[in-house]
Amino acid sequence: MTNKAFKGLSPQEATARVEASLKQRRKKEKRFRLMGLSAVVLALTFLVILFSGILTKGLPGMFQHYVQLDVVLDKARLDPQGDMSDASLFSGDADKIILEASLASIGEEGGRKTKKTLRKMVSSGGSQRLIEFVKANPELMGTTQTIKFAVDDDIDSFLRGFIKRETAEKDRRINDFTIEIVDKWQEAGLISYELSDYLFFGSASRDAEMAGIKGALFGSLLTLAICVSIAFPLGVAAAVYLEEIAPKNRWTEMIEININNLAAVPSVVFGIMGLAIFIVTFGMPRSIPLVGGIVLALMTLPTIIISSRAAIRAVPPSIRDAALGIGASKMQTIFHHVLPLAMPGMLTGTIIGMAQALGETAPLLMIGMVAFIVDIPGGFTDPATVLPVQIFMWADFAERMFIQKTSAAIIVLLAFLITMNAAAIMLRKKLERRW
Amino acid sequence: MTLSTLLILLVAIGVAFYFAGNMTVKTARSKGKVFHSLPNYYGLWAGSLAFFPAVVVLILWSIIDIQLFQSWVRDFYPPEILAAGGSQAIVALAKVENIVAGIRFGEPEAWVLQAGEAWIGWAATSTMLKSAVVLGLATVCGLIAYRQIDTDFRARNGVEKLISYGLIAASTIAILTTIGIVLSVLFETIRFFQLVPPTDFIFGTEWNPQFEGAERAGSGGGEAKYGMLPMFAGTLLISAIAIIVAVPVGLASAVYLAEYASPKVRSTVKPLLEILAGVPTVVYGFFAALTVAPAIKGFGESLGLTVASESALAAGLVMGVMIIPFVSSLSDDVINAVPQSLRDAAYGLGSTKSETTRQVVLPAALPGIVAAVILAVSRAVGETMIVVMAAGLAANLSFNPLDAVTTVTSQIVTILVGDQEFESAKTLSAFALSTMLIILTLGLNFFALQIVKKYREQYD
Repeated sequence: MTNKAFKGLSPQEATARVEASLKQRRKKEKRFRLMGLSAVVLALTFLVILFSGILTKGLPGMFQHYVQLDVVLDKARLDPQGDMSDASLFSGDADKIILEASLASIGEEGGRKTKKTLRKMVSSGGSQRLIEFVKANPELMGTTQTIKFAVDDDIDSFLRGFIKRETAEKDRRINDFTIEIVDKWQEAGLISYELSDYLFFGSASRDAEMAGIKGALFGSLLTLAICVSIAFPLGVAAAVYLEEIAPKNRWTEMIEININNLAAVPSVVFGIMGLAIFIVTFGMPRSIPLVGGIVLALMTLPTIIISSRAAIRAVPPSIRDAALGIGASKMQTIFHHVLPLAMPGMLTGTIIGMAQALGETAPLLMIGMVAFIVDIPGGFTDPATVLPVQIFMWADFAERMFIQKTSAAIIVLLAFLITMNAAAIMLRKKLERRW
Repeated sequence: MTLSTLLILLVAIGVAFYFAGNMTVKTARSKGKVFHSLPNYYGLWAGSLAFFPAVVVLILWSIIDIQLFQSWVRDFYPPEILAAGGSQAIVALAKVENIVAGIRFGEPEAWVLQAGEAWIGWAATSTMLKSAVVLGLATVCGLIAYRQIDTDFRARNGVEKLISYGLIAASTIAILTTIGIVLSVLFETIRFFQLVPPTDFIFGTEWNPQFEGAERAGSGGGEAKYGMLPMFAGTLLISAIAIIVAVPVGLASAVYLAEYASPKVRSTVKPLLEILAGVPTVVYGFFAALTVAPAIKGFGESLGLTVASESALAAGLVMGVMIIPFVSSLSDDVINAVPQSLRDAAYGLGSTKSETTRQVVLPAALPGIVAAVILAVSRAVGETMIVVMAAGLAANLSFNPLDAVTTVTSQIVTILVGDQEFESAKTLSAFALSTMLIILTLGLNFFALQIVKKYREQYD
């Protein structure tokens, strides 16, 4: 031992010295361990804060307040042309009939002030709802029916307690008179708080109480369909080529470098490429799921190629040797033996890539999928928006109720993502084979 | 015929040739003839020769004809628009395309109507010709392939050759995408540098592209300034905050999970941490803008500090949380790659677990950890939605985390979202910013790979 500290120490002395330091070292050990543990706990705390924040805001966003009104379904007024066509129904007096029903609900004839207030209290989507009701139940024409209408988002905010009764009238978004009517409705038991049907079946809207995610959900599905039908075959084919066929040369090396680089390119850059190439150069329309799907496919391709290659590499060479040995050609070996065995791994990678694509926002903003689109997209070339972009747009709206709607939409998005990831894990567990 | 009906017809022709080839060989085989390949391959040969060339022609034609129409339609433009060029020509094109699509805003000019009608005429002719050529090509190629069917014809080899071409083509997509990315930013960047000198862009400390319109209208106003430094400073600041959050937490949890945690804890905590990476960035953005930023503002103001409502700190903190799993799982991998023998040697000398980890495992894993951190930086630099939603748009050249700063990605999004004139320096500046962003992220990536390559210890 050349160590100075131990020079000339007898074994007993050395042991004593080590023992003296042991307490300190054990303490350090404990501290280190605690530090690691607290880092894990901290990271998990972030997770809990994030999810609980979104759940506490989002769960109420899945519900909304409705008012039940007894509506007189007067055929002559609802359907002036008498043919039940959309044109006739929309030119009818649905709005007025709802207003009369709401007047009746508070038992008043109503002056101008009452009418003006009431008109603002029932959601402007009420007439649409009435028309849909009549269309679905034409036999009820002429009777009086109890129909639930969404209340305006300001009334909803008041009922949830975001707008306080104690606030001075001029500082409130709703006046004392409106509150009086709400009280009357509540006394009569006309107000109910239930699962929002607008959230899932409504489309984009500037009115918080009517805004829904149906259009965005369809847009997401269409975009993902394009994305998976491009990315999966291309990714698998590229992986097969690189793992099984490609000679080790410069070209192959270049492809591999490119794949790794693409995996590191920020997603927004793929959007810029989509804008410059597909929209400006090829003249494809903006905001369509087709372009969105292609861009997302190019973005997820590296993920799929990398995981597919890993899956192919995991198939033992003995399988290939056996197939080749009994006279299969190279392609037969690949397509009849290697691919089926590698498929679970490839599918897992693809699902993870699709989950990534489903949550992606930035590239789709670039290609114009941020437009305000009311119609439900019916095809790959209809203008559409997607769920994350819808969330982004709603997050910009100032109304209090949109915060809850946004959180509710986030819950739906997260539910999809968690389901997809869980499916990937299950698939891997179930089909995984140990060689 | 529309594109989709044509495609369906082509598929039908392909399937028909597949069955024709398949059946012909099957019946011949049942009569005792011996073929080189299985019947399936003859069918595939005929079917794919019928289908693929025609599809390629169809796709190319559909892309090229629109380009042609766009250049032909220029003949209809009034001379003043042609002379003005740039954005005016784009507006003119949009007008004509609206007529073609059957959308009319008010009373279009006469030349627009004429151009629209001409376009519709060309489109009709092109569609007719396209249908005839594509369907004819499919049939002819299919027939040629079908005629080749013979006992000696090596259909399997042919089909396998086709498949291998397909596989090669698929693998070049990665290269094509890279080329596409480079080309799409390169030309616009060059055009931008013709308008704004590169030195002004790279070393400029003022970013103020809003006055573009005023400048062109000749009404004076402020001069548009395109200096990228404020944005890169903002990006740097937010990324630095994110790294300060993510690296200690991510690294310490990786060490804990790799060295201390029981397998059971490890197998539950790891997927939970990875959920953080799977949460869409728009959700983080929403969370940062609505929960974190007001909380920081409230807390800072209670301490008597001035805090911007869109502070860099909020965006950076949330981004840090987002990249924790990135750091932890990459570091976890490198820590696990350190051979057990090194640890055993350290234990044998009497080290405690923490001494082993700190003095043996971490130094051995250091290159990998550094690479992981660099990759995390690159991820933070390229992250878009969090900064779009939670960071400001004001281009302040500031390193105070409580100020509002802007980043490269959020400026790109702000400039390019919505309708833009393609000729203006403002739009082009977004492409120049993207070029810088790509160079930065790829540079970081390259750097990380070099570190791993150079300093990696080779064990056994």
